[in-house]
Amino acid sequence: MIHLENVTKRFPGGQEALSGLDLSVDKGEMVFVTGHSGAGKSTLLRLIALIERPSSGQVVVDGQNTSRVRRRKIPDYRRQIGMVFQDHKLLYDRSVAENVALPLIIAGASHRDAGRRVRAALEQVSLLHKEKQNPETLSAGEQQRVGIARAIASRPKLLIADEPTGNLDPDLSLEVMRVFRRFNEFGVTLLIASHDIALIDRLGCRRIELQNGRLRQGVESE
Amino acid sequence: MTATRHKEATAPVRSSGALSIWVGRHFSMAGQSLGRLLKQPFASLMIILVIAVTLALPAALNLIVKNAAAVSGSWENALDFSVFLDRALSASEAESLARLIEKRADVANVQFITAEQALEEFKVQSGFGNAMDQLSQNPLPHTLVVRPSAANTSETVILLREELANLPETDFVQVDTEWVQRFHAILDIVREAILIGSILLGTAIIVIIGNTIRLDIQNRREEIEVTKLIGASNAFVRRPFLWTGFWYGLLGGLLAIALVQYGVYLLQAPIARLAGLYQSGVDVLTFELREIGIIIGIGVFLGLTGSWSAAARHMRRIEPR
Repeated sequence: MIHLENVTKRFPGGQEALSGLDLSVDKGEMVFVTGHSGAGKSTLLRLIALIERPSSGQVVVDGQNTSRVRRRKIPDYRRQIGMVFQDHKLLYDRSVAENVALPLIIAGASHRDAGRRVRAALEQVSLLHKEKQNPETLSAGEQQRVGIARAIASRPKLLIADEPTGNLDPDLSLEVMRVFRRFNEFGVTLLIASHDIALIDRLGCRRIELQNGRLRQGVESE
Repeated sequence: MTATRHKEATAPVRSSGALSIWVGRHFSMAGQSLGRLLKQPFASLMIILVIAVTLALPAALNLIVKNAAAVSGSWENALDFSVFLDRALSASEAESLARLIEKRADVANVQFITAEQALEEFKVQSGFGNAMDQLSQNPLPHTLVVRPSAANTSETVILLREELANLPETDFVQVDTEWVQRFHAILDIVREAILIGSILLGTAIIVIIGNTIRLDIQNRREEIEVTKLIGASNAFVRRPFLWTGFWYGLLGGLLAIALVQYGVYLLQAPIARLAGLYQSGVDVLTFELREIGIIIGIGVFLGLTGSWSAAARHMRRIEPR
């Protein structure tokens, strides 16, 4: 599903966020990326989401070489990927349901179709009863779950999440991870950046660790 | 239960490219943009008012010119020449000259006024009747009032006038209604000036709307970034701003028409009074449906152009970080 070959990302200042990284995530896998802040976790996800492009090397996502995705085609490309952010990135001028509906509207779904999917996605994160509320009135954990519902509403095959539990207490974190786990059971591939190693170990998923932009050898755990 | 729900949640989005969905989305977006304007009624009203006044100015001037042209149009057929003949000419000679001129193709008819008739008329109209009686001889010449035929252009009229003036029997030719032509020339200049002014004002509207949309884009920068992250194209994020420009233009155009019509309403009574002094009824011309359509169309066009220019420039720069 995700294939990185000798990927280097160098920033204008000269420092390298990723240095010759090779990485492979199979379809249906749920993989955690760990490492200190600045180790390149976010950069890795940003390359996959085409927010950045690699300085050299290849990033192939679901058979598509991202270097061949033209600027104008980036929106189409992004619609295939669900994204969850540490700060949720919800829009506070509309209701929970409208937030979740956003990717569906962008994709051009019909009103009825969108409504059904929104309710289904919200039910997945157990927030159906709050669909009419403004996300601002929700707790941090609930907001994050709305963000997850939005990410899965258009049924992406791949979901990437950058520190999705970064602002949550352990109980809520576990709850969010269980939601992810459930998607994984239905065949969604997940790549999650996190530093919560204790939690990851409890879930028993594959974990890769980045250090100074490279894979740290020997920590890959199954 | 959860499983079936999940199936529903995870079936791929049918990219139903149906036109009805696209149209429906557009309409709901148009409604949202209008709703956004109404949420800040004061700020929106100010911008709409600026647009309306800027549109109303040339529209009102155009209406004035249109009315002036209509009024002066009724004078146009009064474009007669008075040909004052040599004093030495006898009445019968003058009469035969009149018949001769009347045969010309570029002359509709000739009215012959003898010196005696002219004097009588002058006595009555001038109020100098008694003084004129003191004169031993008639100071006035025989006069021919020549009306050019309708087929004449302004050039051939000038030519006709030259020929009449060059006749040996002619003392001099007077065109009483020359000022009508001058007036029309002035109206042409005014029309041209209004056109130039309109273009400048239209540019101003584009700049005003563009600037407003630019601020709007800046205020919604985060929202644009998020929607782009989720996979929105530039066209998608641009759309609500185009609708905003559309509404500004449409509402500005409607308000402009209302302002001008109200102005006409206020002026109706004074104009009627003025027309009464000239013993003529005046119908003030207002906008026709076609003109209303044009003003609204121009407003919408300017609104869309302004918002498009702003959105095209700033939208591309906002990329997710």
